[in-house]
Amino acid sequence: MKSLLWKEYQKEVPDDKYFFVRSCIRQTFFPGAETSLLKLLREELKLDIFEDSRHTTCTGIGYHSDVVPLETTMTVVARQLALMTEAGYSNLLVSCVTSFGIYLEMVEVWHHHPEMLERTREALWKATRREFEIPEFIVHTSDLVYHFREEFASRAPYRLVNKESGKPLRVVDHVGCHYAKIFPDRGFGGAEFPSVLSGLVETFGGENVDYPERRHCCGFGFRHYLLQENRGYSVSNSRVKFESMEPYAPDLIVTNCPGCNMFLDRWQYTLAEMNGKTYDADGRGIPVLSHEELTALMMGYDPWKLGLQMHQVQLEPLLDKIGVVYEPGKKYNLLSGPGKGPELPEVLKVIP
Amino acid sequence: MNLSINNFDGCVNDKLINEVIMSDLLLQLHEDLRFREGLSACMNCGVCTALCPAASYFEYDPRHICQIVQTGDEAELEALLKGDEIWQCGQCLSCKARCPRGNVPGYVIQALRRVSQMNGYFMQSEEGRKQLRIKRAIGHSILTTGYCVHPRLVDPAVHPEQGPVWAWANEQGAELYKQCGSAFYDEAEGGLRKISQDVLNELGSIFYETGAFKLWEAIEGENMRTKNNQER
Repeated sequence: MKSLLWKEYQKEVPDDKYFFVRSCIRQTFFPGAETSLLKLLREELKLDIFEDSRHTTCTGIGYHSDVVPLETTMTVVARQLALMTEAGYSNLLVSCVTSFGIYLEMVEVWHHHPEMLERTREALWKATRREFEIPEFIVHTSDLVYHFREEFASRAPYRLVNKESGKPLRVVDHVGCHYAKIFPDRGFGGAEFPSVLSGLVETFGGENVDYPERRHCCGFGFRHYLLQENRGYSVSNSRVKFESMEPYAPDLIVTNCPGCNMFLDRWQYTLAEMNGKTYDADGRGIPVLSHEELTALMMGYDPWKLGLQMHQVQLEPLLDKIGVVYEPGKKYNLLSGPGKGPELPEVLKVIP
Repeated sequence: MNLSINNFDGCVNDKLINEVIMSDLLLQLHEDLRFREGLSACMNCGVCTALCPAASYFEYDPRHICQIVQTGDEAELEALLKGDEIWQCGQCLSCKARCPRGNVPGYVIQALRRVSQMNGYFMQSEEGRKQLRIKRAIGHSILTTGYCVHPRLVDPAVHPEQGPVWAWANEQGAELYKQCGSAFYDEAEGGLRKISQDVLNELGSIFYETGAFKLWEAIEGENMRTKNNQER
């Protein structure tokens, strides 16, 4: 009976053959994350993950800040699906959580309002001479990593365990709002018990730590972050989360949304400089990793090729706890050779 | 006069709508699918307001907004469309997961913002007027690059909150990004690849066909009219 109750919180994820669409924010702030994800899926698991370089933004940030109409976003989504159809795929793999919500929303509209589907088909044909099929499965990249978590863990040289004490590292998760709050039945665990990240952490040997504001938004707020004078909304929401997780002394924050990953990293710096406070014992901040970054790190990928030097809260304390072998001197190397690192913050401690 | 778009069982009564029982503004809202899907029968329990992150920080009350649009009072609706409140929602859509009646105040907000912009009401509030900057930043980025955001749009000079690592990463550009597998604005495969003009033309055609430029004209046009009036 119990297993039946939990069935509605499960999600069917195909084993192979995906059409991949990227995230604007992940490409901007964490360029190594998608590169590593594709390497994990294509080279480690030998999956067929196809990308068409003609795909674009889904317009999600413009849509949720109300400068792009519903019909426009719907037709841009249809164009992406046309590329998928032309390539012969029917499973969509989405990197961005905002995009994931957008794709689900548009397909839901078409399901309940066939007249909107017809109008979208007409608009797309008129604008681009393209035709599309609705995907059979819409999967977020964190769904796919979760789906293959046992395979990754069985091959991973590292575990989320303190190398010295042998104890599991304490991890707090933050699942992006648009992953399962809009369509709870399309995410592992739904809106109430999202397990897409906690399941991954558990499989890698970490200890999931619950905290009161676990489901609270990171505070992106779309228009609020885009407008400089409105960013107080964004930082205030992240602060609610940091204050809530601080008593549990987490070693790591894990996310599945590119925006959340960036905000939970950057706002720790901002709050440290504004208020003189960090949310860890050593003044270094709590490291933040996305699901791909975490998985790639556990799989032994080079932290600097993974792009972890682009995080403001530095990862070295976590790497040292796990016992990751890395070369500190190569952190700021560039393609052309050794480079000079960033300036140091005044409050948030970093390794020079 | 209070006018309701809902009959007793909460279903939209299309016949009544067609017989001009609704106000003009309510009709415009009703044309937006998100409005029809987002509000069927709000009982004003306030769960949305209780969990709403924006309600914690701003003078913003989604329960009250649903009450206004449900009663359909033209004067109250117009005041709502001219005010700051509808611009405070952060679109996290936490309200969708929690409403016991299946309403989505976040969708209602999207419809209200659209009507506010198309009627020029957004220019009467400080928050509404900011739409011009968002349109010029994000809207233009989509059509000129194919991305909502990209590194060159996030100028460290106006993003001090991003910290010194972002300033450093932004300065290194291709030297750093390419070692993480990014195409960094080159015509190549991978992340941040240069999107071809043919593709951007397709996006432009979609924007034209689906009314995005009409919305943009409303945002820009109202700003121009206001500016001209001020200069006169």
